[in-house]
Amino acid sequence: MAAVLQAGELSELFRALHSRDYTVVGPTVRDGAIVVAELSTAEELPFGWGVETEAGTYRVRRRDDSAAFGHSAGPQSWKTVLHPPRARLWSADRTTGEVTTGEPGPRPRYALLGVRPCDVRAIGILDRVLSAGRHADPVYAGRRDGALVIAVECTEPGATCFCSSMGCGPGVESGFDLAMTELVDSEGHRFLVRAATPAGREILESLPTTPADDTTATRAADAVAGAARSMGRTMRTPGLPQLLSDSRESPHWDDVASRCLTCGNCTMVCPTCFCTSTEDVTDLTGDHAERWRRWESCYDLDFSYLHGGAVRTSGPSRYRQWITHKLGTWHDQFGESGCVGCGRCIVWCPVGIDITQEVDALATLREETS
Amino acid sequence: MNVAVPVPYRVTHRREDTDDTVTLTLERPQTPLPRFAPGQFAMLTSYGVGEVPISLAGSAPDGGLVHTLRAVGAVTRALHAVRPGQVVGVRGPFGTGWDVPSAAGRDLVVVAGGIGLAPLRPVVLAALAERSRYGRVAVLVGARTPSDLLYIDELSTWDTIDGVRVDVTVDRPDAAWSGHVGVVTTLIDAATFDPHKSVAFVCGPEVMMRFVAEALVGRGMPAHDVRVSLERNMHCGTAWCGHCQLGPLLVCRDGPVVGYDVAGPLMRVREL
Amino acid sequence: MTAGPADRVAVHPFLAGLTAEQRDALAADAAPASFSSGQRLFASGSAAEVFWLLESGSAALDLPVPGRGDVVVETLTGATVLGWSWLHPPYRWHFGAVAREPCVGLVFDASSVRGRCAADPAFGYAVLNLFTPVIIQRLQATRLRMLDLYAPRTAP
Repeated sequence: MAAVLQAGELSELFRALHSRDYTVVGPTVRDGAIVVAELSTAEELPFGWGVETEAGTYRVRRRDDSAAFGHSAGPQSWKTVLHPPRARLWSADRTTGEVTTGEPGPRPRYALLGVRPCDVRAIGILDRVLSAGRHADPVYAGRRDGALVIAVECTEPGATCFCSSMGCGPGVESGFDLAMTELVDSEGHRFLVRAATPAGREILESLPTTPADDTTATRAADAVAGAARSMGRTMRTPGLPQLLSDSRESPHWDDVASRCLTCGNCTMVCPTCFCTSTEDVTDLTGDHAERWRRWESCYDLDFSYLHGGAVRTSGPSRYRQWITHKLGTWHDQFGESGCVGCGRCIVWCPVGIDITQEVDALATLREETS
Repeated sequence: MNVAVPVPYRVTHRREDTDDTVTLTLERPQTPLPRFAPGQFAMLTSYGVGEVPISLAGSAPDGGLVHTLRAVGAVTRALHAVRPGQVVGVRGPFGTGWDVPSAAGRDLVVVAGGIGLAPLRPVVLAALAERSRYGRVAVLVGARTPSDLLYIDELSTWDTIDGVRVDVTVDRPDAAWSGHVGVVTTLIDAATFDPHKSVAFVCGPEVMMRFVAEALVGRGMPAHDVRVSLERNMHCGTAWCGHCQLGPLLVCRDGPVVGYDVAGPLMRVREL
Repeated sequence: MTAGPADRVAVHPFLAGLTAEQRDALAADAAPASFSSGQRLFASGSAAEVFWLLESGSAALDLPVPGRGDVVVETLTGATVLGWSWLHPPYRWHFGAVAREPCVGLVFDASSVRGRCAADPAFGYAVLNLFTPVIIQRLQATRLRMLDLYAPRTAP
């Protein structure tokens, strides 16, 4: 079921979400970037804002139209909401013997507005890692269950995007409640909206939409198809896990390490990086203990600490760990690739290391040595 | 049950094994955790200090847990100092076990280095509990010095059992030591087992396990019949934190017990 | 009590790499040997005029350290070879050896074997090829011990 919602009526979407007690989270311009934040009104969306991106470069810019979702590769992803940077796992009181689990305060139900297809896939990947294993993460489940996913298809890929190569964009077929495709042209500024779930359908039916006309439907499909053909990067995916496994002793790691700062930016902005560390803390009396969990990066020197030292101390070994896990061993561990082609790691790397180029280099080296 | 939250277990017994190693007996609580199999591990919490992975060293008669641990860091030092009556937190069981029953009808070769004897103790106890199911049992133990040996009385008792042979060696003897001196691999040549019909259970420092596994394979054992117990940094035990990776393996989920056919190639890669 | 040296030489696993002819030549320099528990085979510093093939039993290699007495550095269990200081000058034992339990084996006249090696290079090469793998193996085991893997390692 597809319908058309005028851009001016996005406030109705907000009304529908708020009246159903959703906390709306979506993109907004703040501090020179398009970030993910709680939104109270549709006006907070980044209408007319776009981005200029390349390896190691990100600038917001004014668009010459009023598109609200004409941007890519922001520094945050939806893991900021679903798999937060800090979470309390439990607290225990020695005097009363009481143990409280989970995070303090009421848990909101999130409506994630503006999830790009790469990020829809990323959420699915996090689902696989954190909920679908032998043990389900209660922090993730508490935020993911009941969350409404409103996807927005891409019509204008960023310079570092390669979701096409990873098979998860620029259109989206599943993993959402509502999907929107934005069009700004002679017919006006509007969204083609589809619902895929009962929750999505119920909301869509409450909005002041008009039935999807052929022109809009065709233009939306064409725009997405056009985006698929104009990706900024390509990742050579066939045999990628084998390539990385074959490259464990490749001389290329020293080459990357001569550029890589092991700063861990890539792990912070990547929508699927999920590693965390736990910390136990007490109050001064020692009677009250808490365990907190926070994001951690495999680039951190202590990440692989074992018996007085880390297993992976060198730069090459840590870069190798990150890329091999993301593109290779993720398959062994979780049955799919960990990469969604969002290109954030390329944009947000201070020295502009490009994961697609590194894969090409490894492939070339392997051919030369075989 | 929230698997991220430790269950309080009361310590009922504390035994000092060496100057830095203790064995704690934890009493079965009202709502105990699921049964631990040999080779699996618990995440033990010293409340307010932190949590570490410690393998099962045995089961208490009441269904409680027995853990042997060595004080090497803040958390293990705190656990080492715990006294009977105090409470520690336990999560688990986690990981793959030694799967002793799968070795039925075969000779068992148990090779322990240092504190690696603790996770292997349940293997020997399981085999002795159903002695007729298994062939010969060779227990090869290496320790740094005679005063670092664990479970000395049990080792002597096991050696008296029909078809069980315990050999002990130390890296450095003291004046009173009259036993073997040398690294534990030197005990393998003299051990009695049929390499084509055995299962080896190996636990100790990673380099020791590699050399032992290579020596066993050199004796003719297929690599997949040699089981090693891997160790990596762990923050969760539930495959959420990402720390315990060794190449494609998540050691808390795909290990810690892994066949040497899988572990060997990974152990040989520097800084993997 | 047992077979003669020639027969025992023929079956000792350590000598499997020799031809039958070479084994017979070696057997000519061999005599039965046995030690009771605690008996010293040789003392460090003394002349290395013999070497042994231990068939059964075990021996401890030791070194006298002032203030610590005779410190055991390694124990060897039969069947194995004991002693290679006879191979090269100054032909003196670097360590000592004591039987830890009753040992039975063969003792070889080192200077006679050396004479044969000099006269017949093929024989000499074959004998060296028997010893070098054992030396390498024991060196590797010693290096492994030097890593002191069981030592506690804590963060600084």
